[in-house]
This record gives sequence, C-alpha cells and structure tokens, in this order.
Amino acid sequence: MESLASAIVELILAVGAMALLMVGVFSGSSAFKTVSLLSIGVLVIAILGAATLPTSTVVTYGGLFVVDGFAAFNKILILLGSALALVMSIDYLRKENLARFEFAILVLLATLGMTMMVSANNLIALYLGIELQSLALYVLAAINRDSSKATEAGLKYFVLGALSSGMLLYGSSLIYGFSGSLEFSDIMAAAAASDDTSFGLLFGLVFLLAGLAFKISAAPFHMWTPDVYEGAPTPVTAFFAGAPKVAAMALLIRVLFDAIPGLMNDWQQIIIFLAMASMAVGAFFALVQTNIKRLMAFSSISHVGFALVGLSSADQAGVGSVLIYLSIYLVMNIGTFALILSMRRKEGMAEDISDLAGLGRTRPAMALYLAVFLFSLAGIPPLAGFFGKFFVLMQAINAGHITLAIFGVIMSVIGAFYYLRIFKIMYFDAPVAEFDVGPSRALNIVSSATAVLVVAYALWPTLLNNAAMAAAGTLF
Amino acid sequence: MIENWPILSFVTFLPLIGVLFLFLIRGDEETVARNSRSVALLFTIGTFLVSLLLWTNFDNTTADFQFVEERAWLLGGINYRMGVDGISLLFVILTTFLMPICILASWKAITNRVRDYMIAFLMLETLMIGVFCAQDLVLFYLFFEAGLIPMYLIIGVWGGARKVYASYKFFLYTLLGSVLMLLAMIAMYLETGTTSIPELLAYDFDPGLQTWLWLAFFASFAVKMPMWPVHTWLPDAHVEAPTAGSVILAGVLLKMGGYGFLRFSIPMFPVASDYFTPLVFGMSAIAVIYTSLVALRQEDMKKLIAYSSVAHMGFVTIGLFAFNQQGIEGSIFQMLSHGIVSGALFLCVGVVYDRMHTREIARYGGLVNRMPAYALVFMIFTMASVGLPGTSGFVGELLVLVGAFEASTLIAALAATGLILGAAYMLYLYRAVVFGELDKEDLKDILDLEKREVIIFVPLIAVVMWMGIYPEPFLDVLHVSVENLMTNFEADLANYHGTVTTMIAEGAE
Repeated sequence: MESLASAIVELILAVGAMALLMVGVFSGSSAFKTVSLLSIGVLVIAILGAATLPTSTVVTYGGLFVVDGFAAFNKILILLGSALALVMSIDYLRKENLARFEFAILVLLATLGMTMMVSANNLIALYLGIELQSLALYVLAAINRDSSKATEAGLKYFVLGALSSGMLLYGSSLIYGFSGSLEFSDIMAAAAASDDTSFGLLFGLVFLLAGLAFKISAAPFHMWTPDVYEGAPTPVTAFFAGAPKVAAMALLIRVLFDAIPGLMNDWQQIIIFLAMASMAVGAFFALVQTNIKRLMAFSSISHVGFALVGLSSADQAGVGSVLIYLSIYLVMNIGTFALILSMRRKEGMAEDISDLAGLGRTRPAMALYLAVFLFSLAGIPPLAGFFGKFFVLMQAINAGHITLAIFGVIMSVIGAFYYLRIFKIMYFDAPVAEFDVGPSRALNIVSSATAVLVVAYALWPTLLNNAAMAAAGTLF
Repeated sequence: MIENWPILSFVTFLPLIGVLFLFLIRGDEETVARNSRSVALLFTIGTFLVSLLLWTNFDNTTADFQFVEERAWLLGGINYRMGVDGISLLFVILTTFLMPICILASWKAITNRVRDYMIAFLMLETLMIGVFCAQDLVLFYLFFEAGLIPMYLIIGVWGGARKVYASYKFFLYTLLGSVLMLLAMIAMYLETGTTSIPELLAYDFDPGLQTWLWLAFFASFAVKMPMWPVHTWLPDAHVEAPTAGSVILAGVLLKMGGYGFLRFSIPMFPVASDYFTPLVFGMSAIAVIYTSLVALRQEDMKKLIAYSSVAHMGFVTIGLFAFNQQGIEGSIFQMLSHGIVSGALFLCVGVVYDRMHTREIARYGGLVNRMPAYALVFMIFTMASVGLPGTSGFVGELLVLVGAFEASTLIAALAATGLILGAAYMLYLYRAVVFGELDKEDLKDILDLEKREVIIFVPLIAVVMWMGIYPEPFLDVLHVSVENLMTNFEADLANYHGTVTTMIAEGAE
C-alpha cells in the first residue's frame, strides 16, 4: 500500500493516459477537444496527488523508486508546466490544423517519464524515465508531419537524443562495472569505500554527466536546442522549454547528491565548466538571432547555465537556490511563450522579432506583459528573475567561486542587451502589421497570471523560498 | 503625530498609487492625455507635501536613522527596512521637489503617449525615493537598479534623434557597474549575516576584504556619478532625453552615486577609502579640468551643460574624499544645489528648444531683445552654476574648497582652476544665446516665458536664493549625521593604523 501511495502521481498519469487513449480512439472526430480537456484534468488531479506525497524519504519498489520532499516539489513544478503547456496548445493546434488527440496523450506520457526521472533511485529507473520522456518528446517535435521544418526538428532531436542516451548508458555501464551496483546508495558507498577514486568510475561519471547535460541542453551539448525550438510547433517548444528542463535538472541533482556526493571535487569542476559555457553560449549567440523561438532557445541555455551556478556550492542551500531558480524560470518561460503564441495574424503565426515592432502602441497590454517577462529574464529587479539570479550567485560566492560569479554577472549584462533589443523593437520602433487575430482567452489568462506572479514574487518571496529550501533539505 | 505611521513607505509608494490611477483613466486620446497630466501633477505635489512632513518632524540632534520601519522579507537578515538620517533626508526632499516641476515642464512638450510617459515618471519617483530611504542593501539595490527601466523608457521613447543608441548606452553602462556591486553586497551578507545598513555601518570589515568591496561599489557609483573616464554615457543620455528626463537625470539620478559613496564606501570601508583617495582625487581633478575644457568646445547647449555636470560632480567627489566636515557637508550641499541648478539649466534649454526645436548654440543669439524674463531667469541659474555669492552654488563650492584645502593644497588648487573654467564656459553659453545681435530671422517673433514656465521657474529661483543666502536650515539637517560619520571614520582609521603599528612593532621584536 505504501508503495502504491508513493507512486500516486505516476499511477494517475499512466492510467489517465491509457484511458484517454481509448477515449480518443473510440470517440471519433470530436476527440481532440475532449481528450485535451480531460488530459488537463488528469494533470490537475496528479498535482493534487503530488501534494499528498510524503515529505520524508520513502524508498520503495525494491530500491528503484524514491519519494521525498525534493521529488514532490519537482513533480508539482513539472505537472504545472505540462498542464499550462497543454492549456496554451489547444487553440493553436486547432488553428494550425494539427488538432489530433494524440498530442495531449503524448504530453501525458512525457510527463509520466519526467515524474519517474525525478523519483529515480537507480540507474535503470533513471534510464527508463528518460527514455519514456524522450520518445514522447521526439514524436511531439515532429507532430506537424507536413512541415519539413518540424520533421527535421524531430529527426534531429531523435538522432542527437539517441546519441546522448547512448552516452548515458555507456557511462552507466562503466559505473556499474566499477561500483558493482546500479543503485545510487550502493554507488555512493562504493565510491566512498576506496581512498582514491577509481579511474573507471570517474570515466563513467563523465559520460553520465555528458548524457544528462544533453537533456538540460547545457553547452557544449546544446546544439540541438535552437533547431528543435525553431522547428517544432510553438506549443511544443513552450512545453520543451519548461517541464523537461526541470525534470532533467532534478535528475541531475539527484544523481550528483544521492549517487556520487563522494566525488564532489571531481564533478564540481564539470558543473562549473558547463555553467560558464552555457551562460556564454546563451548570451553571445542570442545576440544575432532574428527568430524569437531561436532566441528563447539560447535564452534557455543561458538560464540553465545560471541554474548550474547554484549547484557549484554543492550543498543544501545551493540545491534550494536552483529549485527557486527553476520555479521562477518555469513561470517566466510559460508566460513568454503564451505571448509568443499570441503573435498571430490572419495569414498565420508570426515568429520574427521584427514582427513585434510597435507592439507598445498596437497591443499595449501584450507589450506590457512581454516587457515584464523580458526584464525578468534579464534579471532586472524588482522582478522575480532578479531574485533567482541573486540566490544562485550568492551560492557561488559562498562556495568561494568568485570568478564564476563575476563571469555570470557579466554574461547577464550581455544577455540584457538582447532582451532590451526586443523591448526596443516593441516600444521605440514604428508599428508594422498588427496582430489582427486576438489571442484566445486561455492565452490571456496564462500570460496575465504569470506576469502577476513575476511581479508579486518580490512582495511575498518567502512562500516559494521556504518550500524550495525545505524540499532541498530532504536530499541531505 | 507620525511616530507610528509608516510615513517613509507612504512617501515612497504614493506615486505608485498614482500609477494605478493612471491605468484607470478611460476616454479618447485627448482626454487621457489631459487627465494623465493632472493626475501625475496631483500625485507628485501630494508626495512633495507629505515629504515636507518628514523634514518638519525630523530630529536634527541625532545621527540615528529616523522614521524606521522594518518587516521580514527575503531571507534571514534581508528585511524590508526603511529609514532616513540627515544625509538622506534632503535627497528625498530634492526628489519630491523636482518631480512636480518635471511634470509641468512636460505639460506641452510631450504630446505622444502621455499616459505612458507619466507612468514612467511616477514609477521613477517611487524608485528614486526608495533608493534614499532603503536601509537594507538588497532593498537599496532593488530600487537603484529598477530605476534603469523607466529612465531607459523615457530616453528611448520620448528622446531625440539618436535615442536608441543613448538609451542602450545608459542602460548597459550602469547595469555593468552595478552588477559588480551586487556581488559585493552578497559577499557582505555572507560575511556578516545581515544586509541591514545600520548594522553594517557598525561592522568592521577586514581591511583586505574592504579593498575588493570598495572597488566593486566604486565601479557602480563612479559610473552613476559619473566620474571621468566612465562619464561618456551622460552627454549622450542628456542630449537625447526629453527635457524633464534630463532634469531628473542631472537632478537626482547622478546624486545616487554621491549618496552611495556617503552611505557605503566611506563609512563601511574606511581603510580602503583612505587608501584609494589619491585615485579618486586624480580622477576628480581630471574630470574638473578636462570636462570643463570639453564643455568649452560644445556646440550643443545640452551637451555643454552635461559636461559641466561631470565637472561639478568632480567637485563633489573631491569634497567627499577630503574626509572632513566642511568637505563632506560642502559636497552634499553642492549635490543638492547642482540638482536644482543644473535641472533648471536644462529647463532653460527646454524653453527655447520647445520654441525653435534646436539646441545648437549657433542658432541662437540676442534673445534678450525678445525674451527679457527668460534672459533674467537664465542669468540667475548661470550665476548659480558659476558659484556667484548669494546663490546656492557658492556655498557648496566654498565649503568643498575649504575642505579640499585642508586635505591637500594641490587638489584645492586644481579644483579652483575648474571654477575659473566653469565661469568661462557658462558665460560663453550665456553670451552666445542671450546677448548679441538678434539677426536670425526665425528668432524675431520668439515669445517670452508663458505663465506655466514662470510657475516652473519661481520655486527653483526661490530655493537657489534661499540656499545661497541662508543655508543654515539645510546644513543643520546635515551637521550631526556628518559629524557622526567623520567620528566613526576617524576612529576606524585610527584603530586600523594602531593595529598596523602594533604589528610592525611586534615584528621588530
């Protein structure tokens, strides 16, 4: 019974996905709307289920599966991200003639994979979760099969994803070979047992981390991100940029702190390198982008870099700061994509940054929200994004990584330039053709609610901070 | 009466309530514009009146922070703390005093997106007051940095021809300066476990650490001030900003740098401040002389005044780092005076710009024939800028020079050279614009000041004269706080030198 209760989120998602698949297959042409709405319902129930999860650590299913406050926190984030992405997708898919009920099912299955990743306590469970998530995501990326761009994105994502899975597996097998176990706690014990770290274990660790870096799209393993973000249908991109990032980051943290804390000195260097490379790639490459989805891809790379900065301190406060960062990032990102999805004219979606010209005059409310998100993404106070950066930088300085912190803030100034550029186009430039198709009510609600959250965080910061710190505490 | 009332938060956030009202205005464009102006004026005047309550209820006899408020906020030790002492009070008043004038100055000049303009100004007012009231590092940073957004908008949307370039330069320059300060603030928090400014003032930082913290803060304040050689954003920003934007920029935003030195660098890092004094003196002396010479060669009226601002700020930093009562009081006084005088000079430029739509000095001349009232007003502020006795400029400059002379004869001599150059470029500007033959065709039917403009200038003239003739009420507010600052500074420094001497003595044994 305990094991069932601790897997409640996964059970809801799995049963829900399968049942809705049946509903979709048998209910004919009206399936899309029914299945989409019911899927959102399933996700909401799963959130309620996640709220009942124990906050103390429970290991079950023969050591494969772990539930603790950390897992619960991330599951709620992931489910929220998925639910909002689905809410935003319905209108778009209908207008673009992509109204297939499989979309929602695939989102549910991907979410299931993500929640399993978060609760993985064993290298096999880790791989299972990742693959379930990735396979669903590959299909989602290519769901617009008539578009060569989307198909290319799906294929690229698949090939590179498979490569990263291969690296992950290779690393896992090395770790298994040199530690004698797949379970995180045994690997930790094996690493701690010998005085000097075995070279094979370290080798495996590097491959494992490289595989995970692919999934969080940290530089230099980020190549797939811009192409996939640009090619995939926008709601899919919105989904990719949110929940899967949180899941992969949570998994990375789980591996680092549950399986290989003993090798901290070794992996800390890798994390710092990934953080610096991601911040730099994100900041510099974004400068020259003209497509807003590509820009968001580089922005997400730089945000991953910042989140990794928080890990450089390798302690509870560090993990807590990463969780705060991820929560804020998720909200900003969903809000931004809700606005990108609102960039629609009669002849179709607009994706170029120059399409936003004069938005401040033609659509003042939309421009205001986008401005809030842009300044928040750039990390300008008093918006939430600033506090995210503040907390991770504090961890870096606390751990004595002053160079990393200085590098980070300089990259954030460079990053501010391209957010300002969008802002400038919206407010300083003369209007171009107006977005004459109004956004759906769902998009309006999502964008305004997330904008309020981004602004209001400064007023009640402790709500999120305490939850994140408590969640981080269960890992240690 | 106001003991238990969160008056500082009220003053700070009153303009934000005005922003809410602005959002509520409905109607066609003309109505919205008209009502926005009135709402903004009402709220800025209201804020000014409430801020006067601060002054009347302020206790001149203590150096403690007054009207203190405290609420739990971000993390342990990072709280919402507000309070003012003698140093910050007058800056708050300066801000609230200049705001209604800015709104009035934009009354006719801004016709495009008036509501957004007023929203930007009211938000900016909240943030500026917040900077001077915040008693917590993170809160201070929040206000300090967030002020970039509305100012960026003001330059970028309502600015001149090269507004985009100027707004970017302004934003990125200042942002780069202040992120380093943010890191220093985090380091201070990690070192002491608090970001409360009163507690940090009492904390003795390790001299080695002080050096780094001082440099990080310096990066921010030197850009904001601005000091040579990081002043280049200022002329661009000034030239492109609308008149009221220039007024606020020169009047208040630049003062944040000086305030920062007074609030953080000097009292918190006394050893480092002492150590870096030659650097500051050197940069200030170059600023005073070099930018004055540059000002002499300007063809654009606003650019000339912008460079004169850099020179005047050089004076301020000299006074601050003279580390004596006269120097520091003189600097604060000079900042207040410059805030009003340079603001007024930008308004004077605005008056003719509104009529002729050019700022080129060569396009003017002989205005006294058509605009006697304008000539008089412009003359008063020119004299105040030069530092004529009887105007506010004189008091500040005299005190700074006295203070500087005590610290170093050389720096006082260099600063005095700047005074002469200052008189040269201001009189050149005045002569070229106001005197001479009225031979430009289009100037022949230019109109003198209208009523609204007179209303703008009268309070400014009154304050400039008041500060020049009877500066006591202003200096009284400063005395105790500055004295306290100097006592602590000297004690810290003596303490440090004492330790070093003992260590050397021990080493010798």
